[in-house]
Amino acid sequence: MKKVYGSAAEALDGLLFDGMFISAGGFGLCGIPELLLQAIKEAGTKDLTFASNNAGVDDFGIGILLQTRQVRKMISSYVGENAEFMRQYLSGELELEFNPQGTLAERMRAGGSGIPGFYTKTGVGTQIAEGKEHKDFDGETYILERGIVADLSIVKAWKADDTGNLVFRKTARNFNPPAAMSGKVCVAEVEEIVPRGSLDPDHIHLPGIYVHRLVQGEHEKRIEQRTTRKREDA
Amino acid sequence: MPWDRNQMAARAAEELEDGMYVNLGIGIPTLVANYVGDKDITLQSENGMLGMGPFPVEGEEDPDLINAGKQTITELARTSYFDSATSFGMIRGGKIAAAILGAMEVAENGDLANWMIPGKLVKGMGGAMDLVAGVKKVVVVMDHTNKHGDSKLLKACTLPLTGKNVVNRIITNLGVLDVVDGGLKIIETAAGVTEDELRAATEATIVN
Repeated sequence: MKKVYGSAAEALDGLLFDGMFISAGGFGLCGIPELLLQAIKEAGTKDLTFASNNAGVDDFGIGILLQTRQVRKMISSYVGENAEFMRQYLSGELELEFNPQGTLAERMRAGGSGIPGFYTKTGVGTQIAEGKEHKDFDGETYILERGIVADLSIVKAWKADDTGNLVFRKTARNFNPPAAMSGKVCVAEVEEIVPRGSLDPDHIHLPGIYVHRLVQGEHEKRIEQRTTRKREDA
Repeated sequence: MPWDRNQMAARAAEELEDGMYVNLGIGIPTLVANYVGDKDITLQSENGMLGMGPFPVEGEEDPDLINAGKQTITELARTSYFDSATSFGMIRGGKIAAAILGAMEVAENGDLANWMIPGKLVKGMGGAMDLVAGVKKVVVVMDHTNKHGDSKLLKACTLPLTGKNVVNRIITNLGVLDVVDGGLKIIETAAGVTEDELRAATEATIVN
């Protein structure tokens, strides 16, 4: 089966519908599926729920879909970098479910691994635990969290072969593998598609079984907090 | 003289032992990395990295290489990368020896509040709830009092909690305290700060 598509729009063709649930990779603006987000904006799909650690900034990442009011709900751990997000949230236009970062990552990993729920001690005794099942194991209290199964995963990797085997680069890996696993269908955008056989099978980070469609493209890869030291300190 | 930010960070660095894997929070905790000296410490960044290096020199910033504060950083010879689920697996699984983080309030039972102030803009807890629940030793570094001069070491937290009974040690500008049965125990005071001064600035129960 051919997985490689000519553009982000083609790679998403037939997969988008209003009210759908999308799981997205990335941390801050690092390793986000920027081409697929742009294509979703252009497709105009509405009432989206996103499971994504962050919500981008006003004009990049998921932020571009907030500007066009395409997002109904965010499931995130931290949304502090986005003024438009805050405006919509405070005015009640946007629903927000805070998940602890590790709980969100594990919810994605579990959902994609056939695990509908798991117990964690993260958040016990906090607002996060309210309304959730509590259970003691070996004298410690844990809460039940649900696995996430999304209608669609959108992720970004560094390299892929045409069978969808993915290699990530540095901290741009972050939420991409668990996000990819959590979707019924996964579309990955990459910087380079290399010939079959040129990736070392021992160095593949995410096997192609999790990736259904692929697109190669140019990435802006914006830096959110450019921080440097003086050269003489080096 | 109370400790300044750098002196607090230097004192916090004394908590770290050779061979430890450590997670440092944003703010004063980030400065702790400047004071580890010859100790073999591996810093974790919860977005998926062990062996975090210093900020890059100008021109060598890499958009694919950032820390949990979204700042550009560098890698070291020992560095490894992994996904977020693996990262929090090692945090939740107790593999990280210590977390050093800031706080708004700490209670005498070890409750910690550092993620939201009701009525103010809420940005989210990020990885803080996972870290304090999973890491073996939680060290809080913060000013002893808030800008109104009120104690941040309380009998009970007033703000929504990040974790319950999670803090082990508190390093403030006035000294070092441990969370023990019945309250907080003074371990040391900053040079020139008396125990009476530290007690007077503390609402939480101090036990001997």
